[in-house]
This record gives sequence, C-alpha cells and structure tokens, in this order.
Amino acid sequence: MAQFSLPQNSKIDKKAGKVFKAPAGARKVKTFKIYRYDPETNANPRVDTYEVDMGSCGPMVLDALIKIKNEVDATLTFRRSCREGICGSCAMNIDGTNTLACIKPCDEIKGDAKVYPLPHMPVVKDLVPDLTHFYAQLASIEPWLKTDTPAPTRERLQSEEDRAKLDGLYECILCACCSTSCPSYWWNGDRYLGPAILLQAYRWLVDSRDEATGERLDALEDPFKLYRCHTIMNCSKTCPKGLNPAKAIAETKKMLVERKL
Amino acid sequence: MAKTSKDLKSPLSRARGLGSAKDGVHHFWVLRISALALIPLSLWFVFSLARLATGPADFYSVQHWVSAPSVAVTLVLFLATALYHSVLGVQEVILDYAVGSLRLTLLLASQFLHAIVAAAGIFAVLKVALG
Repeated sequence: MAQFSLPQNSKIDKKAGKVFKAPAGARKVKTFKIYRYDPETNANPRVDTYEVDMGSCGPMVLDALIKIKNEVDATLTFRRSCREGICGSCAMNIDGTNTLACIKPCDEIKGDAKVYPLPHMPVVKDLVPDLTHFYAQLASIEPWLKTDTPAPTRERLQSEEDRAKLDGLYECILCACCSTSCPSYWWNGDRYLGPAILLQAYRWLVDSRDEATGERLDALEDPFKLYRCHTIMNCSKTCPKGLNPAKAIAETKKMLVERKL
Repeated sequence: MAKTSKDLKSPLSRARGLGSAKDGVHHFWVLRISALALIPLSLWFVFSLARLATGPADFYSVQHWVSAPSVAVTLVLFLATALYHSVLGVQEVILDYAVGSLRLTLLLASQFLHAIVAAAGIFAVLKVALG
C-alpha cells in the first residue's frame, strides 16, 4: 500500500527537543517550534523551541530563522537566497501550509509558529528537503522551446493574445510548495509528475512559438504522469505566487480530449 | 519516494521511468461520459423504486413493471453503465493506493468481480422480464 505512516527512524522524538529561552528584557516574544534532523547522528528528528524577541527582528518568518541562526543556534539549517519571494529557496511548511518563509509575516501566525520542511520529501537536514527527483522530473518534460523550422535571424514573433496565454504560468519559481502539498504526489511521486512540473509542461504546450505540442502531449498521456491528478486543488490553494496549477492540468486534460474528438 | 532506490541510475533516468504509456485519455473520457449518463439513469431508477414501493410488494407487480420493454432496456443500461463507471473508478483508487503485485491482484479482482456482477444483474433483469 501507499506509505501512510512515517518510517520508524523518522518519527519525531518528542522528549529530545531543546528549548532556547528569549533573552532577558525581550519586548515582544514569539515562539518558533522548528523541525530538526541531523543525518550525521543516529537520532530521530526532534522539534526545538526558540523564543525570539520580535522587537529586534524583521517581520517575516525567514527574518526570524536568520536571527535564530545568527544569534541563538548556528546549527539550524535552511535554504534561502533572495529573501523577496522570487528564488523559491526558502519553501517550507509554516503553520501547516507550504509557503515561502521570506514572504510569510510572523504576525499572520496565531500562537506558536510551527516550521517544518516540505512534506513527504526525503530530508537532507533540518528544513532542507531533497529535491533531486523533483528537478529530474522537470528535466524530463524538456522545458525549453522546441522547433523544426530553422531559427529566424531575429526574434520569434508572438501575438499579444498568444503572449497573454503564458501569464499565470511563466511566474512559477519552482519552489515545490504545490507538488509537496499534493496527496497524489505524496503517494505516487515517483511516477506522477505533480502540479509544479505539469504547470511547466502546460507552459510549453500553450506557447505559440513551440512546434512540439503533439510530442509533449504524447509524453504526458499516462495514467501516472498526468492522470494521478484528481483535482484536489491543494496546489492552487498553497501556491505562494497565487498561481493555479490545477487549472493548467485541467487544460492539459482538455487538450488531450480535444485531439481525440 | 524515488530516493529509497538503491540503484545507480541517474535522477533523469529514474524520473523518465518506462516512459509514457500513451494511454489514459480514453479512461478519463469514458469515466466522465458514464457519469453523465448515470445522472438521468440513477434518478429514473430511484424514482421508479419509490413508486413501486407505494404499490403491492409482491413479485408479480415487480415482474409486470420489469417486463415492459422500455423498463427492461433502461434497467440493463443502468446496470451496465453503473458497473462500467464503477470498475473505472475503483481502478483509479487502486492505482492511487496499491503498489507492486498487490496493484495487479486488486485490479484483476476488481475487473472480474465487476464482470460477474454485471452478467448476473443483466441476466436477472432478462429472466424476470422474459420469464
């Protein structure tokens, strides 16, 4: 059966969590409960508690994580780069929802802020998931312009209407929030491409300059690669960029029906 | 996830797997067509049963109802459509949750069971209608 329970060695050890108290004189304390896993020890993961003085901290969850790493616990490990929602590095599960730590305000979280890695992915360390398979799946759909017509000597022209079809698709930053929120991707992620990759596939299907639409549809028509999507819509709900992968997948399914009728 | 695999395949090879089955759109389409057909058929079936229940509850009154050609044909259509829709739907559930040899076993079991129930149901309707 699909693996519904965590493997034995990945269960959180509830007694092992460390507590880091706020410094004396802290004005506005917010508690962060953060998933910790170190592959170099044989220990199970744990949840550490950090009390952060928000009076001397930036507004976003990423600001708090950076403050913790700088001032409290240098071993806390997470990915981050642009700190403005454009690189997708700091995707994690915050307060039960996949989002980008850099654009998630701390004061939107009621009570303690629970911070976990993206769900159902192998964990490299702490908040860093292994996205190797995710990126390989992206490569497998060949996300680049494919043409047989010899390259023109100038730009490839595209009408304004055709260009508008790429809006809502090209903005995807491949943070993997959507794919890792999808139960179908949890159970069958080895074969199901997941919402992020299917949105990318659709981005090339509707590009008026691309000449490989039929081959792209051939490659997607598969009970697992495409049709594990059951329109659960977690992807569209969680996307930190406000995109709609579920619609892109539905449009792809419509194209497949269209070429048959 | 694929990470548990111990082979030395490249990530791209693992992601490509055995390639596309080039199949699935037919399943997707007939699942929806059968769902559409089941809306009037199910409504008709439920209302008919409710109307039958108001009359005398014996075999002969039911036989009288079923032996009308339009009723017998609609009953056969209802049974065939419902079971076809069901076997397609159950297949989706099995593909979602079962892996390896269990997947194949459950798929075959479901398909055989649906075929048997369809044959028995249609035979029962014909026997009552014609017999």
